[in-house]
Formats: sequence, structure tokens, C-alpha cells
Amino acid sequence: MKYEVVIGMEIHAQLLTKSKLFCGCSTEFGAEPNSQCCPICLGFPGSLPVMNRKAVDHIITTALALNCTVARESIFARKNYFYPDLPKAYQISQDDQPLGERGYLDIMDGSRRIKIRRIHLEEDAGKLVHIEGEPFSLVDYNRGGASLMEIVTEPDIRSAEEAAAYITELRSILRYIGVCDGNMEEGSLRCEPNISLRLHGAKEFGVKAELKNINSIRAVQRGVAYEIERQSQILDEGGTVIQETRRWDEASGTTISMRSKEEAHDYRYFSEADLVRVVVDDAWLNRMAAALPELPQARRERFIAAYGLPAYDAGVLTESKEIGDFFDKVAAISHDYKVVSNWIMGELMRLLNETGQSLEQSHMTPEVLAEIIALVDKGTINLKSAKEVFEESFHTGKTPSKIVADRGMAQISDEAALSGIIEGVIAANSKVAEDFRAGKEAALGFLVGQVMKETRGQANPAMVNKLLREKL
Amino acid sequence: MNIYDMTLHQLWKMLHEGDITVQEIYGSFAGRIEEVESKVGAFVNLTPDIAELQVHKAADRWSEGRGVTPLTGLPLAIKDNMSLVGVPNTCSSKMLENYIPPYNATVVEKLAEDGALFIGKTNLDEFAMGSSTETSAFKLTRNPWNLGHVPGGSSGGSAAAVAAGESPAALGSDTGGSIRQPASFCGVVGMKPTYGRVSRYGLVAFAGSLDQIGPITRDVYDCAIMMNALSGHDACDSTSADIPVPDHTTGLGQDIRGLRIGLPGELFNEGIDASIREAIYTAVDLLTGMGAECVEISMPHLEYSMPVYYILATAEAGSNMARYDGVQYGYRASGAKDILDMYIRTRSEGLGTEVKRRIVLGTYVLSSGYYDAFYLKAQKVRTLIKADFDRAFTRVDLLVSPVTPTTAFKAGKRADDPLQMYLSDICTIPANLAGLPAMSVPCGFDNGLPMGMQIIGKPFDETTMLRVAYAYEQSTDWHKRRAVLAG
Ligand SMILES: [Zn+2]
Repeated sequence: MKYEVVIGMEIHAQLLTKSKLFCGCSTEFGAEPNSQCCPICLGFPGSLPVMNRKAVDHIITTALALNCTVARESIFARKNYFYPDLPKAYQISQDDQPLGERGYLDIMDGSRRIKIRRIHLEEDAGKLVHIEGEPFSLVDYNRGGASLMEIVTEPDIRSAEEAAAYITELRSILRYIGVCDGNMEEGSLRCEPNISLRLHGAKEFGVKAELKNINSIRAVQRGVAYEIERQSQILDEGGTVIQETRRWDEASGTTISMRSKEEAHDYRYFSEADLVRVVVDDAWLNRMAAALPELPQARRERFIAAYGLPAYDAGVLTESKEIGDFFDKVAAISHDYKVVSNWIMGELMRLLNETGQSLEQSHMTPEVLAEIIALVDKGTINLKSAKEVFEESFHTGKTPSKIVADRGMAQISDEAALSGIIEGVIAANSKVAEDFRAGKEAALGFLVGQVMKETRGQANPAMVNKLLREKL
Repeated sequence: MNIYDMTLHQLWKMLHEGDITVQEIYGSFAGRIEEVESKVGAFVNLTPDIAELQVHKAADRWSEGRGVTPLTGLPLAIKDNMSLVGVPNTCSSKMLENYIPPYNATVVEKLAEDGALFIGKTNLDEFAMGSSTETSAFKLTRNPWNLGHVPGGSSGGSAAAVAAGESPAALGSDTGGSIRQPASFCGVVGMKPTYGRVSRYGLVAFAGSLDQIGPITRDVYDCAIMMNALSGHDACDSTSADIPVPDHTTGLGQDIRGLRIGLPGELFNEGIDASIREAIYTAVDLLTGMGAECVEISMPHLEYSMPVYYILATAEAGSNMARYDGVQYGYRASGAKDILDMYIRTRSEGLGTEVKRRIVLGTYVLSSGYYDAFYLKAQKVRTLIKADFDRAFTRVDLLVSPVTPTTAFKAGKRADDPLQMYLSDICTIPANLAGLPAMSVPCGFDNGLPMGMQIIGKPFDETTMLRVAYAYEQSTDWHKRRAVLAG
């Protein structure tokens, strides 16, 4: 392509705080409309905001995770505009002196660095509800005043793939550090890429379009890719791109113009006198830094280096902190790390997907998986039984040894017991035995199958093989 | 002496000695209101239902001798911009005429716990924007000393109610002089505490970085009692100071020997009526006679107070007023064709001229392209004004000045001349910009209209201010005079 793609990304992440940013109202999702409001978040005359320290904690943690400088003194500002979902007709946000500045996030296995311009704290707005055919709209203020984090990048992203990779990595980090659930469908993580094109080597930026209504990582990729295509077509035809906000339409796979720059607001930012400045002292900063968990990238690298896992496995296992933690715990007991990885990427993830449960909700524990692996190792059960045991433990929490005992699953590894059965099978299939002796190697497989059938699958296959060869 | 002419501490003493009942006190003030309110017009709403309930509870506390505070059983009036559950909080605006708050202001909560009686909510300039109470959407309040004159503003209803014997004390709010100027015009005591001393939670904001609630009383002792009741940290107001509160009455009666008092020349300029300057100098002589050291000082940046104030206060006001959009509560215009039309009609019809003027000013000074030249520069000059005070307070303990350039002016005289109106706050604005405590103490009369002396103190040093005010008051008898409501 003859154009260079220039993308900047704005993220709004709802913070995982029990109460809203400036009042004690709950932030639970899905409650009865307007049931989680008070004079403060409704902006009633005379009410005043009080800062939720936990929200500030979350911003500091994020700033540290994204290699930002944390402002030791931070101030809040009013962003003024009229809209029915904004009860005070201004949003308390940050303009100058945001809590975090000048950080970066590495993506694509560290091959690309996206600079973070700023991270700040602000309050969310309510939600307008339009009823089909009615001449009015309703407002639900439950979300109004919830704590929201805005993360803005420099225009460093160069493709739709990078945009998707950035969101994927960022979402993973936000989940790791426990500040946002990262749910793009419910809107707790909203992303707004702005996209422009310029000729390679050009100094000036092209005219940008901002994308809204992106509800999944797939939509980030598709939306940005569409926009790149749309703009390059306009430029190819000698046209000019206009600065505007465009909505991603999932159904048609296109972007649709929402409003142009002419309608842009003058927000008249100025300092919020009802809040005092937030002062982050050494003690506070150190406490947040000490509590910062290992981040996905560092963990991926450690999983490869310390456990000798393939990069693919390390990637899958570290996508969520829960799974990564789980792996570490199993690996502390079972030292065949690739086997542990196979179990987690295979059976565990399959069951989590099928049941829609989180690891915590299931009954699976690191000890259970380690025990199952040990049982297979010792030859007590075979892999097929082990998978059944795993599934039962996952659902019921029963210990593997109890399941094996209750269901009589222990492998028959006792030579004496197997010898009798094997002799019986050879006698009953003398023709096949002859074939084997005559050099027909495949005949052995049939005989092994017969032994397994006799033992209802519990015979130790390696031992059956060995004994059959001896006796034949 | 009529019961309704007494001070809080006099009434309390009578209750304490069993010479009077809570019912009798309330009855006397209720009777006085009946008698003079039609002339004075101090109240937007009277709240007899609430007061009568409180009378019973307070009477029980007295008779059982349990939980009696210095305010138990004593009537108070509340400026109609502070939330009292169940009673309209109109801010004297058509916009909030029918708005009934679902929560109490922190000060209201504190006073209710102390057992005070809430007799009603007083008139003010619309949203506290004005200096004469004439911008009220509902009624004119008149100066009890001369009914043809204004009571000052914006806490004009509160000052007039106290001066007229309708209430022994009242709450006001002061953004640029709104407690001190009407107190001065009405011959009563008014204090704006240090910014952060009293919680603003539940006070409808005019300009949050300047607003402060304070008392209007008949004498200095009552002011100290009210300050004890109102002060203290409030978790609901981030700007309220989390520092210990002294007993404001302890300094009363102590001598003032050796206290250093500064007279800022900038607040005694030719814009101030000669009679008022005379009255202040006479008062200063009296203080000197009592052993205070008075020195003239210069605070060069005070002359910029007025423009700085009208930039910063209007910037905040424009933003604070934006929530009155007809969506959730208050007035909503009918017949709107879309949301923008609803905003425009609601605000055009619901807000008065002065409020609109300030919204326009405030929006202008924050607009892109003007922010640096106006708002930012004003913030810088505000810092310089604060620095002037800091410097002054290294040399002196207190500052003394006139409260107002003139005595109460005639009603209607300045209503159409905003600049003249704004000038009446020229001496009071600096203390708001610097967040300092300041009070007005009666210091004489000119043509039958009261004059006030302003005392400005160091941050959170209201007690020294009260000590000087009390020493002065006790050697004069201005505070003992009562308005005769004639004409
Ligand atoms: Zn709330």
C-alpha cells in the first residue's frame, strides 16, 4: 500500500470498584433502572463529590503496569456540555496533570512498542433509553458517576492487526491487575481508534476519523481494516477524507458517519473546586508497586525460559491470570511441564468453555490435576480413564483416588492377573496368533484390543504388549 | 424587653433558669413574624410544621435535662439555598420554586441535632447572585431600619429577619460578601468563616471555591455560639478542613492588648463614603485605646479583586448553573420540540436576568481562545492577592476595614446598574479570594442606617477575630439598638 496507516487509540475502562467514583452507590451491572443513584451522582443542588480512593489505586496500578510516570499531584477538571445523561451538565474528569503520563505497551512479542500518552480518572455518564415509536427518551442513571479510566496512546499503531493486538494485550493486563473486567460487549471496556492515512515519508498527519461502537476485539480489527480501505479508496480517487466520528456497524461490516468536526464542543475545561488535589506520596506509590502482579509479557517469557514450554503454550496459558496462576501451582508439584500444559490447554479449557464457568467456580484445583497426572505416570490409570476422572473432579470436587476406587478404574498392571487373560485370548484366537508368529505384525494390535475388551479397558496397555510378545 | 428582641445567649439563660419555656420563645417569634413579615418580606417559606415538632422535642430535652446544647429550643432562620428535607429549596429562583430536596445540608443536620427550631427559609438574590436581594424571583426584602432601602444581599432575608426580630439568628452564605454586606446594612453581626471551616454539603453552589456558610446574629457572643455549632470537618465535603475546632467563646472577654491590627489603605479609598471611613477610624481609635496596635499597611493587589472575582466566580457559576436544564427536577418549560429547545426554553424562562448575565460572563471567560487571557490570568492574580494577605499577616494579627462603601441604598436604585451593584462588595471580596475568615460588626449609624466594620483574620483563627469584635462591641452599644419598623 502506498499509504502509511496512523492509528491512535482511546480506551475507556470501567473500574472494578464496589461503589461509584464520588458516592457510595453500587456499580453492579443490570440493576433496575435508576435504583443505584443518590443526590450526589444525580447532581442534586448542593451535593458534593468525595473521591473514591480505590479508584485512584486502580489508576496508579494501571499507570505502573503501563510504564507511566505517576503524577505525585493530580488535579480534576470539569468538562462542560449539555446532555440528558450527564446530570450536572459537566463531567468531572482530568485535563492538566492526569494521574499517569508517558508510558508504553509492547505488543507482537515485543516487536512493536506503543507509547501511552496519558491515563486519567473520570466519571461515567448515564444511559439514554429510546423506546420505539415514542416521542421521548428515558434516562437510566445507574451507570452515571461510575469510575472510568481513560487511556490514550500516541498515534503509534500502524495496522488493523496491531490495533487488535494492542487491545488484546491491554485487556489482558487490565484483567491481570484486577482493575477492569474487560467485557467489551457489556461496555465495561470501550475502545475508540482514530485512523488516518498519509503517504509514506510524509511529515503531516492525514485527516482522521474516529470509530465508535466497537464491541469486540474482532470488531476492532474489522472496523479499522474497513476504515483503512475506505480512506485509501477516497485518497486514490483524489478525494479528501473529512474529520468525523464514524460508527462501526457489525451487521453490514461497514462504518457509518455519526457527526462531523463542525459539531465539536468547546468543553471549557477548568479546575474542579469541589475536590482537593490528589497527592500520591512515596508510601502510596510503593504500596501500589509492591502489589503489582507479574504481567502477561513477563510471565510468557518466564514460562518459556523456566518451564521450557513452546511459545504457543506460554501464550495460551498466560492469557488470563487465573490460568497462569493455576499452571504455576500444578507445575510446582508435577514436573513434566508440557504434560501439565496439555492438560490445561486441553481438558481444563474445554470444560471451562463448555460450562461457561470460571476456574474459581469449578471444583478443579492444582492438587487434583497433579494427582491425576501422577496416577497416569504410575500406570494406575490410563489416559482415557484419566480424562474421565478429570471431568468428574471438575464437576464434583471428588478426589481422583476416590473416583478411581469407586469406579474400579485402576489399571490391571499385575502380571499374574494379566497372564491368565492373555493366555485365554491367545487360545481363543489361535489363527491370529499364528499370523503374528508368521511375521504379520498387525495381528498384535487385534490381540491387544481383545485383551483390553476383556479387561474393560483397564489393562495397562504397555504391559499387555510386552506380555503378548513374550507369550507368543 | 420583648422576647423577640433578645439574643440567643439571653434566651438560653432564661430557659436555663426556668424563666421561660421553649413554647413561649417560639410563640414570641412566631407572633413577631405575623406582625412584621408583610413589611419586611424576609422569608420565602415559613416552616411552622417543622418548628412545632422541634419545639416539642426541645422542650422535652430541657425538661428532662438531657442533651441540652447552647441552641436547644432556640429559633433559627435558614437561607433558602441550603437543603432542608421536605421544604422547597428555591434559591429564590423560579427554576427551583417547586424543588424539594431529599437530603439535609450538613449544617442543617448539625443544628437539628442541637435542638434548634427551624422557623423558615429566607429570601436571597437568585442563586445568591446579587447584593440587594432584589434579584429574588419572588419578593422584595426590605431593610428593617428603613423600609425604602434594601437589606443588602445575597443573604438579605437572613439579615433582615434577625434585624427585624423575626429570628434571633440565621444562616447565610458568603461568596463575595453575601453575609457581611447585608449584616452591615442591617446592623447585625455576620461572619464568613475560613474556607473549609464549615461544610458546604447541601449549600447550593454559586462558586464552590469561594462559597462559605456562616452565621448572622445580633451580637458577637451569639456569633461565637453559632460558630461552635457549625464548624468541623465533614466527610461529605472534600474541601472541609480536618483540623480541631476551638471553643469560639473562649477568647470573649479577654483583653486585646498588644494585638496588631492592620488597616489596608486600598480598602479606605475615595470610593468609600467619608462617613463610613470616619466610623471605622473612630472604631480603630477605640481599639487602640484598649491596647491594640494599629498600623496602616499596603496590599497592592487588592485593587484587582473585583475583576478577578467576577471572572472566577462567574466561571464557576456558569458551570454550576448548567444542571438546571429541566431534565431531572425543577422547572421545565412546556411545548419544547426537541431536547435543545427544551434546554433553551427552560433556562430562558426559569432563570432571571442577573443569573443569565453571570452565566454568559462565565461561559465567555472559559471559552477556547479567552481562557488564558481571563480565567488563567485571574487565577494568577488570585494567588498574588493571597500572597498580599500572607505578607500582611507576618506583620499584623488582624485587618480592619469598612464592610461596604455606602450604607444600604434605596430599593430599585442600582437594580439596573450591575457595575454599581458589584461595587458594593469591593471591600468584602478579597477575603473570599484568599479564603480568610472575615466578619462584620455594627459600628455606627449614618442617617439612621447602620454601618459595619470588617475584621479579617488569619486562616482558621476566628477566635482572635471574635475576641477583638467582642472587645469593641462591649465598649459600644450599637448592637443593643433595635430597628423600629415604621413606614
Ligand atoms: Zn450515588
